[in-house]
Amino acid sequence: MKIAVLIKRVPDTASVFAINPDQKSVATDKLKFVMSPYDEHAVEEAIKLKEANGADVVVVSLGPDSAKEVMRTALAMGADEGLLVTGAGTDSLTSKGVAEALAAAVKSIGAELVFAGKQAVDDDASQVAERVAELLEMAHASVVTKFELNGGTAVVNREIEGGSYTLELPLPAVITIEKGINTPRYPTLPNIMKAKKKPIAEKSLADLGLSAEALAPGVVLESLSLPRQNRRNHIIDGDTPARVNELIRLLKEEEKAL
Amino acid sequence: MRYGEYFNETHEQMRRSARKFIESEIAPYLADWEDAELFPRELYAKAAAAGFLGLGYPEEYGGLEADIFHRIAMTEEFIRTGSIGLVAGLFSLNIAIPPILAMGTPEQKRRFIPPVLAGEKIAALGITEPNAGSDVANIETRAVRDGGDYVVNGAKTFITSGCRADFVTAAVRTGGPGFEGISLLVIESGTPGFRVAGKIRKMGWNASDTAELVFEDCRVPAANLIGAENQGFMAVMQNFQDERISMAVMAHAAAELAYETALKYTEERSAFNRPIRAFQVTRHKLVDMATKIEAAKAFNYKVAASIAAGEYPVAEVSMAKNFACEVCDKVAYDAVQLHGGYGYAREYLVERIYRDTRILSLGGGTTEIMKEIIAKYLQY
Ligand SMILES: Cc1cc2nc3c(=O)[nH]c(=O)nc-3n(C[C@H](O)[C@H](O)[C@H](O)COP(=O)(O)OP(=O)(O)OC[C@H]3O[C@@H](n4cnc5c(N)ncnc54)[C@H](O)[C@@H]3O)c2cc1C
Repeated sequence: MKIAVLIKRVPDTASVFAINPDQKSVATDKLKFVMSPYDEHAVEEAIKLKEANGADVVVVSLGPDSAKEVMRTALAMGADEGLLVTGAGTDSLTSKGVAEALAAAVKSIGAELVFAGKQAVDDDASQVAERVAELLEMAHASVVTKFELNGGTAVVNREIEGGSYTLELPLPAVITIEKGINTPRYPTLPNIMKAKKKPIAEKSLADLGLSAEALAPGVVLESLSLPRQNRRNHIIDGDTPARVNELIRLLKEEEKAL
Repeated sequence: MRYGEYFNETHEQMRRSARKFIESEIAPYLADWEDAELFPRELYAKAAAAGFLGLGYPEEYGGLEADIFHRIAMTEEFIRTGSIGLVAGLFSLNIAIPPILAMGTPEQKRRFIPPVLAGEKIAALGITEPNAGSDVANIETRAVRDGGDYVVNGAKTFITSGCRADFVTAAVRTGGPGFEGISLLVIESGTPGFRVAGKIRKMGWNASDTAELVFEDCRVPAANLIGAENQGFMAVMQNFQDERISMAVMAHAAAELAYETALKYTEERSAFNRPIRAFQVTRHKLVDMATKIEAAKAFNYKVAASIAAGEYPVAEVSMAKNFACEVCDKVAYDAVQLHGGYGYAREYLVERIYRDTRILSLGGGTTEIMKEIIAKYLQY
């Protein structure tokens, strides 16, 4: 069986962020990059499945050449090979175009099972994996905290508000992974060395035969801004009932938090 | 500088693994371990499983083949925990195991090394004694051959990880006075007559335990003799080379952490209506720190590269240790200075760095002993 894992190189959320003067892009020169944390859990889940049942794990990413860094990490964790969609046009895609490209990439591999993080921590759009499922007409479950393979059926637990439920999906399927599902392993040096020799194939958007229409943006980015950090404080006096009432009023009327 | 001639993508990947490991297994608990003056024994097994303890040792003994810069990258990352003591304790095997690897029989290596690299057993190095520190050639712990055993009497002190070590690679006197009478013996802590006489309370390195050990008619099988009898001194000296370059790296890495911490602080802290970094004197101090660190680092890497290339640069290793430790002392001092009173408060990282780095110019041979070695090699 072939398992594709969709992974993304994202800025470490502990980095200091700045927006470029165009207000449409993030300044990247001071950022540290990592694999999106949910994707690490997705890679781990695929490797666990490989260890239990035998499988070929292919990590698939879209991005510049530097995306290979996180692909190497996945290979060092135990994935077998990589496929990077890169080159002209890849830097300006929105979730829609990325999904088109990744769907085509997954198809070219012939994967029966696709894992991805439940979202990428850079834009938090939670769109790509779902779109890939749609495009490839695969069954789909998101925010999965438990995964088992039962013959040709995936049995998963999904988190919902206040509980979880269990789903059965026929393969092929796309599964997005939530953090609690496993503990990603640390790549050890021998595996890091082995990963150097594992292949990472590259494909351009043209190689994948994608139409301009498929790649056209679904949304247009107007502008980016940093979260406003505006710290105010209120000190409330009085007895407890009065303080509670005043707190509720403040939250509702002045802070508009309720 | 990126030092691309020493570090490639594999070193970078390994740094990432180390950072992750530290983030989840060490950082959240470190303050407690510092207060408790011990870290949990389980950390050895965890660090082993994640591939750190065995780094640089042969695979046949459970190690992971690596080059010297993988070890350096790992040390640098672990120093960034801000607890130099933790690094010393967790990695005490790196001073205890190399003599066994270099001089032990295949049987001894198979017996002693794998459990340590797996994090199941703790190894310590026992050279220093109450009456012999710098003067290694005059150690007094005696090991007298009696049938198939050596009967050991004496004491060791300042033994890192000694309180809970499963064995100590110890220098003992089997022959006459001076360096020609010294042998290396693996003394297991379960041996009758082996006693931990005390845990030394210290200025820093609080996360690591430092022991006084006593041997009273301690019967150690002769099978635990590492190398030939009375040939131990050279092994001890050879081992010091590794320890010293490693301490030099610890010094530049700790200095770098102190510097970065101070750099950030000077941006956040204001006085006289401006960030303290707006004062030229502050900027110049920071520049001096950065300059010294860069020089120490570049020199350490250079010396390490020469070791990796098969040279045996004794004088340069001692120079590297002295230079980096002096840089580290000054940088740690200035980092505290830039923090004002907060630099003296436990809550602030530089306070610990200041305490934890003082030992670097004492342990593994003092600054003065390094200078004696350098002078000898330069044939003054
Ligand atoms: C936290 C900690 C951990 C340690 N861990 C270990 C360990 O795991 N294993 C181990 O074996 N040891 C360990 N040591 C011991 C350490 O290696 C010794 O403390 C060190 O070698 C110095 O020996 P000493 O303390 O006896 O000082 P001394 O030798 O008594 O030196 C005192 C002073 O005299 C100076 N001096 C001595 N001889 C000369 C000379 N010829 N010329 C000029 N000046 C001289 C020294 O430089 C020093 O300033 C540790 C020490 C500490 C503090």
